[in-house]
Amino acid sequence: MILARFLAALGRPVLAALAAVGRVAFFAAQTLRHLVTPPFYLREFGASLLQIGWFSLPVVGMTALFTGGALALQIFSGGSRFNAEAVVPQIVAIGMARELGPVLGGLMVAARVASSIAAEIGTMKVTEQVDALVTLSTHPMKYLTVPRVLAATLAVPVLVGVGDSIGIAGGWLVGISRLHFNSATYLKNTTDFLEFWDVGSGLVKGAVFGFIVALMGCYFGMNSGRGAQGVGAATKSAVVAASVLILAANYVLTGLFFTS
Amino acid sequence: MITLTDVHKAFGPNGVLQGVNLTIPKGQSMVIIGGSGTGKSVLLKCILGLVTPDQGTIALEGTDVTKTERDTFLARFGMLFQGGALFDSMRVWENVAFRLLHGAKALPKPQARDIAIEKLRRVGLTPDKADLFPAELSGGMQKRVGLARAIAAEPEIIFFDEPTTGLDPIMAGVINTLIREIVTEMGVTAMTITHDMSSVRAIADRVAMLHDGLIRWTGPVAEMDAATDPYLQQFIHGRADGPIESVR
Repeated sequence: MILARFLAALGRPVLAALAAVGRVAFFAAQTLRHLVTPPFYLREFGASLLQIGWFSLPVVGMTALFTGGALALQIFSGGSRFNAEAVVPQIVAIGMARELGPVLGGLMVAARVASSIAAEIGTMKVTEQVDALVTLSTHPMKYLTVPRVLAATLAVPVLVGVGDSIGIAGGWLVGISRLHFNSATYLKNTTDFLEFWDVGSGLVKGAVFGFIVALMGCYFGMNSGRGAQGVGAATKSAVVAASVLILAANYVLTGLFFTS
Repeated sequence: MITLTDVHKAFGPNGVLQGVNLTIPKGQSMVIIGGSGTGKSVLLKCILGLVTPDQGTIALEGTDVTKTERDTFLARFGMLFQGGALFDSMRVWENVAFRLLHGAKALPKPQARDIAIEKLRRVGLTPDKADLFPAELSGGMQKRVGLARAIAAEPEIIFFDEPTTGLDPIMAGVINTLIREIVTEMGVTAMTITHDMSSVRAIADRVAMLHDGLIRWTGPVAEMDAATDPYLQQFIHGRADGPIESVR
């Protein structure tokens, strides 16, 4: 009896988690299906591109700048233990392009965009605006989800690319101003050792993270509970789910890209 | 004509609709009355396909609505939502012209805007309101914009969900009069859900009372006061005593 109760208590959250995974997977599949079937809402796509891409640029840029600077300091300090201070430019560039650019960029976009999408769509749901769309012969997935998911999937790699550049510039600034590197040598070491796939892998990660961010925002917004509390819970869940999925996807992608 | 036959809908253990049978004749204004939480909105959403019934059929002109092409079906409807449900990221005219700006038969923007302004005028709003955002309007104005949006594409059937809720009596009267005028001049089939008896008397050709998931009474509005159904009498006179429990 006690064992059965224990197993039931153990099984309930597992089943709930599996059901949630199934619902998200179904939502993602529906999104992809609507992505390739008309009608397409170009105006909504453009507005989403502006919101997600352009307006996230300051926060991603600032994050990258300070991360690049801090990374240079850390590598210099750690590297000095085994006389490897000179590798600061190479490690900053590779670290920013492969890992920190996409992951921190993705997390910052998750905080800014997943929350805003979930709150916006959640509010639309509780105020019957989503139902109104249906009565106006407009599919909410096509009108609300597809433009946002597509815009985030395209915009986040661009943000990551810009973030990489700013992060490397942050490392260079710290390198020449505080660590007494020669500017030309720092830049030469950066470009000589940075390979195409270091940057390319980060951009692919960015696209995946963008997809995750917008998908989570839309999923939790569309499934928001009633009232302010429901919208608040949806917003929180969207950010948490997007952040955790970004970190998990990053591990999987890094394994795929760099361990073979 | 809209025909509902044995429509059931439950949310978990809560059986909201328990076998609704109702006919809404073409070109008539049917008002569904009933207390809060009796399933009036669910009934309306079932017809529109926003909620899927567990059992029963809903037919429009004799055709099961689940077997008709969705966009064609919805193109025949206009709907005024209880809270207006205006898109707050769009200007008033864009809200009104939404259906005209999207879809296969989308009109050019200037033409859609002209129609939106004409519809706004029809509901008593001046053209200078067209470029405002919904948040800049009063509750009564938002209802009027919702009404303009509902009629913008000249639908055959219009649904009104609690059209006067939250409005002062004068504005409620204005909205009721507008609805009656529009329904008459457009010759549409209308279905209104409300618990406001002044709306019922102003809007209805026929009345149906929903209680405990069933239609308790239905008939012409002129016969409502003389009806002997105790549930209907308690409701229309707003009595605390009667077969309807006051604490639900």
